[in-house]
Amino acid sequence: METKEFTCIRCPLGCNVVASLEDGKIISITGNTCPRGAEYVTNELTDPKRIVTTLVKVTGGENPVVSVKTASDIPKGKIFECLDALKSVNLKAPVRIGDVVLKNVCDCGVDIVATSNVR
Amino acid sequence: MDKDLVIIGGGPAGLAAAIAAKEAGINDLLILERDNKLGGILNQCIHNGFGLHTFKEELTGPEYAARFEDKALALEIPYKLETMVVDISAKGEDKLVTYMNRAEGLVVIRAKAVILCMGCRERSRGALNIPGYRPAGIYTAGTAQRYVNIEGRMPGKEVVILGSGDIGLIMARRMTFEGAKVKLVAELMPYSGGLKRNIAQCLNDFDIPLLLSHTVVDIKGKERVEAVVIAEVDEHSKPIPGTEQEVKCDTLLLSCGLIPENELSNALGVSINRVTGGPNVNESLETNIKGVFACGNVLHVHDLVDYVSEEATQAGKKAAEYLTGAEREHESENNSGCRSEKNTDNAVSIKATDGVRYIVPSVIRLNHMDDRQIVRFRVGAVYKKVAIQVLAGDKEIMNLKKQALAPGEMEQVILQKSVLSGIDDLKEITIRVKTD
Repeated sequence: METKEFTCIRCPLGCNVVASLEDGKIISITGNTCPRGAEYVTNELTDPKRIVTTLVKVTGGENPVVSVKTASDIPKGKIFECLDALKSVNLKAPVRIGDVVLKNVCDCGVDIVATSNVR
Repeated sequence: MDKDLVIIGGGPAGLAAAIAAKEAGINDLLILERDNKLGGILNQCIHNGFGLHTFKEELTGPEYAARFEDKALALEIPYKLETMVVDISAKGEDKLVTYMNRAEGLVVIRAKAVILCMGCRERSRGALNIPGYRPAGIYTAGTAQRYVNIEGRMPGKEVVILGSGDIGLIMARRMTFEGAKVKLVAELMPYSGGLKRNIAQCLNDFDIPLLLSHTVVDIKGKERVEAVVIAEVDEHSKPIPGTEQEVKCDTLLLSCGLIPENELSNALGVSINRVTGGPNVNESLETNIKGVFACGNVLHVHDLVDYVSEEATQAGKKAAEYLTGAEREHESENNSGCRSEKNTDNAVSIKATDGVRYIVPSVIRLNHMDDRQIVRFRVGAVYKKVAIQVLAGDKEIMNLKKQALAPGEMEQVILQKSVLSGIDDLKEITIRVKTD
């Protein structure tokens, strides 16, 4: 039997979660305080995902950039591809929280949305 | 100008305090904010992880701020932007708040109550005494965060970060996302000062090394940073000769701790706690000056904004109680011409010992206490498999098992009024780390 340790990133508690594996299959998950910890570790072992937060250029507004995020988590391996895709986006002010900035980024099925207002 | 309540600062603490006071019936209030928008430091914290506690969803900083800003606007809470408070002084029961801005010049407000919500500042290079020249390219992590996230400018391309506070960890990922190479994070202590999850998602995800028990002993370069010299330190935090290594970089970010910003509080005569750098407060988050309350990072530095909002809501409510209670007392004085006899406060002091560095609040007056009182504290070292023990006098009233405790993670216990008031002649409560 093999064990792997993780720091859960789903909330600031940062639980130390231990997964026990046999032939690559998860047989137990311990140390998590909530179901999200088990979900996180299962994902980490199979298909790690992250929410990406970054900036997109804006013209004609109070600031030259606006903060954005992936509306839900995307595969960890696609983070830099996602960031590259956002480099060519140039918005026009005003931008409102929740505005869709880019649809279906990198074919992940996830939209990029604005997280601040630029007047 | 006269006001019932003036709130100094329009960040997360100021907004939550104002909302709570307004909802408790205080209409004659005003927020004074020095920046050009409300929301404070949250505006530049574009990463996610805010609001899980408050809204049960994961928001970014600007989104979290907008929730509170929208509520403050809906409640029609008045505020002034680009307005700097330069002095607060006490005059009898009143407080004189002096502010200035471009439109009005210098103005004095006579306030019945004040809530201090000024937040904190970063420890600068000057406070760290790092030797070397003073080239361009040295920033506190929060300054770099503002340049990148608000102004859209990159401070540099090859980065070394000194200190593993949360802002430094977050900036390691942010600079990486913007195309910079973050070479390493050096931390003086044998443990990180930031949240574990930030080490996982900001450093480990991008293979950025974290060197514990290391510090910067020299900065090279005259016009611009060209390299920094890193060395290992011993258990007394002294660099060990022979361990120096030169790391080429053009930027050094400092994430070496936050200091509550209490210049105004000091001038007012507020008593300051030497450990937290913030005011000493009672259960109502009231300072030694009657009618002056404090909450958020000006009181003690928090890890989570959710707890700032919770604490500030408490301060807003208690300030409202002070105002309505004080007014009632005043009325009865005028009517009967005599002061009603005051009952004693039954003050219990809260003491930190055995590994607990500080506790907020430091005094609980039992007759002013709510049914539950949140008490927050930090430990001074890393502990594994220990307990947090709460003693009322010599009697143990709580024993909470903890897998791990670390200075970078704030802890809390909730004291019940029913338990405390059942103990005869209670004078002191002690919170300690029980290691055996």
